[in-house]
Amino acid sequence: MKVLVAIKRVIDPYVKIRIKDDGSGVEDSNVKMAMNPFCEIAVEEAVRLKEADIASEIVVVSVGDDTCQEQLRSALALGADRAIHIATSDKLEPLAIAKLLNALVQKEQPSLMLLGKQSIDTDNNQVAQMLSALTGYPQGTFASELTVNTQTVVVTREIDGGLETLSLQLPAIISTDLRLNEPRYASLPNIMKAKRKPFAVIAIDEFELDIAPRQEIIDVMVPPKRESGIRVESVQELVTKLRNEAKVIE
Amino acid sequence: MKTLIIAEHNGHSLATDTLKVVRAAASLDQQIDMLIAGENVNAIIEQAQRIETIDSVLVADSSCYQHALAENVSVLVEAMVSEHCDSPEGYSHILTAATTFGKNLLPRIAALLDVGMLSDVIEIESKDTVIRPIYAGNALARVRSNDRIKAISVRASAFDAAEQLSDSQGSAPVNFVAITHQSLLVEFVSQQVVASARPELPAARVVVSGGRGLGSKENFAMVEQLADKLDAAIGASRAAVDAGYVSNELQVGQTGKIVAPDLYIAIGISGAIQHLAGMKDSKVIVAINNDPDAAIFEIADYALIGDLFEILPALIDELG
Repeated sequence: MKVLVAIKRVIDPYVKIRIKDDGSGVEDSNVKMAMNPFCEIAVEEAVRLKEADIASEIVVVSVGDDTCQEQLRSALALGADRAIHIATSDKLEPLAIAKLLNALVQKEQPSLMLLGKQSIDTDNNQVAQMLSALTGYPQGTFASELTVNTQTVVVTREIDGGLETLSLQLPAIISTDLRLNEPRYASLPNIMKAKRKPFAVIAIDEFELDIAPRQEIIDVMVPPKRESGIRVESVQELVTKLRNEAKVIE
Repeated sequence: MKTLIIAEHNGHSLATDTLKVVRAAASLDQQIDMLIAGENVNAIIEQAQRIETIDSVLVADSSCYQHALAENVSVLVEAMVSEHCDSPEGYSHILTAATTFGKNLLPRIAALLDVGMLSDVIEIESKDTVIRPIYAGNALARVRSNDRIKAISVRASAFDAAEQLSDSQGSAPVNFVAITHQSLLVEFVSQQVVASARPELPAARVVVSGGRGLGSKENFAMVEQLADKLDAAIGASRAAVDAGYVSNELQVGQTGKIVAPDLYIAIGISGAIQHLAGMKDSKVIVAINNDPDAAIFEIADYALIGDLFEILPALIDELG
């Protein structure tokens, strides 16, 4: 079966972000970028499905400017078979991304679509669910375990009270939680091999979709800063302060 | 125009987070309808009727809504909202809590309605403008939605819970919605809910959290003992969850739960960006760690530096 994986280029999760002085956004030039960690997990899961002879082809897709080709190359080095770059210089909203991915799903007809549950920059947690709505496919969000059969995928989901297991008819949309797997590193030979794998670039205009922004970011602000407090020397002092000063315990 | 709140419940009672959504919705200053989708939800209807500022309770009682599958509930809500979307009686806002329930459901509804969504909102400034955290809470974005319908998930920890009126005071009218939709593409298999006598993590007044510093599942029991002394909920860092000390629904952070209790005690937690995203709005933060350079100390109100294996028993003892 064919597996389609969507990935996003984001600021590296360990970078301390800086908000632009004019409040227009977060500084992302000359900042270390990386594949969104949840997308790495989606790629890893697809590769494992291929290693288990369940997936026959892995197609990775990313929407963004030319720089996102770096992350698509990484996905190829990890084991994806071919890459599709939907080229745009605009930062698109989740609904627009979902519409583009829907168009791609209609064309590629994958049996399974894997996405990260959220990107760590915009923290929206929307695209997989929106794509499920547009395709009409069932959704298995926040997946921590997958069992892919011929007609179905059984997905264990992380929910607030614990875990939930659903059985989805294929084709289906899955969004990955952190606990689904431990992504591997690409080896040097695989990085070299990735350079020869098929790589398609599609201009966004070819899709002719309504992807105009629905939202405006008026400004981006620094959250209220929390000052560091005081050092206490003993357990007794801590308890006394919590009782009498902070008054948060009886 | 009206606001529709999609209630979250476990079949027996309404989630506290939904009460917080009601408080958030009140700032929109328009009629609020609460939708309860489920099966045999009479007890929940009664609770919903008594919430302040709820004008009407809509009930979709059917076996197809029993497990709140997004494939079914999204079609229900889309039908309810589309019906009157151009009339003054229509819904201009759809709200849920930004829990796994709301996060799973609302984007699917938004896409069916061809509108964008505002996730994890911490403040509703006006009918079209909200504030939401981005980059793991390291920035706040003020966002205006130009969509005809605003789909908003609410960060419960940023709002107080709406009051429940007494039986005699509140009784919002109940209307039944006769829409059923059962997708054949998804089937509920099972649910493993972790039973706990302790307060629920998002609603707790005190949270005691343990990290990698605990070293083992057995040692984590000390965190539980301390939590019991304080009638606190238990939380954990991702490291503690990954190491198998506790189950993952206790994880606090960007990818776990967001909490803002009166008191948060972080034990053996270094304070990675992703963890701080889930607890830095707590009123009072206590950090216990043997590393004086741990990032957690930068935001802690009270820092106790030392060996947690000496400190924890002493602390449990001191609280008697």
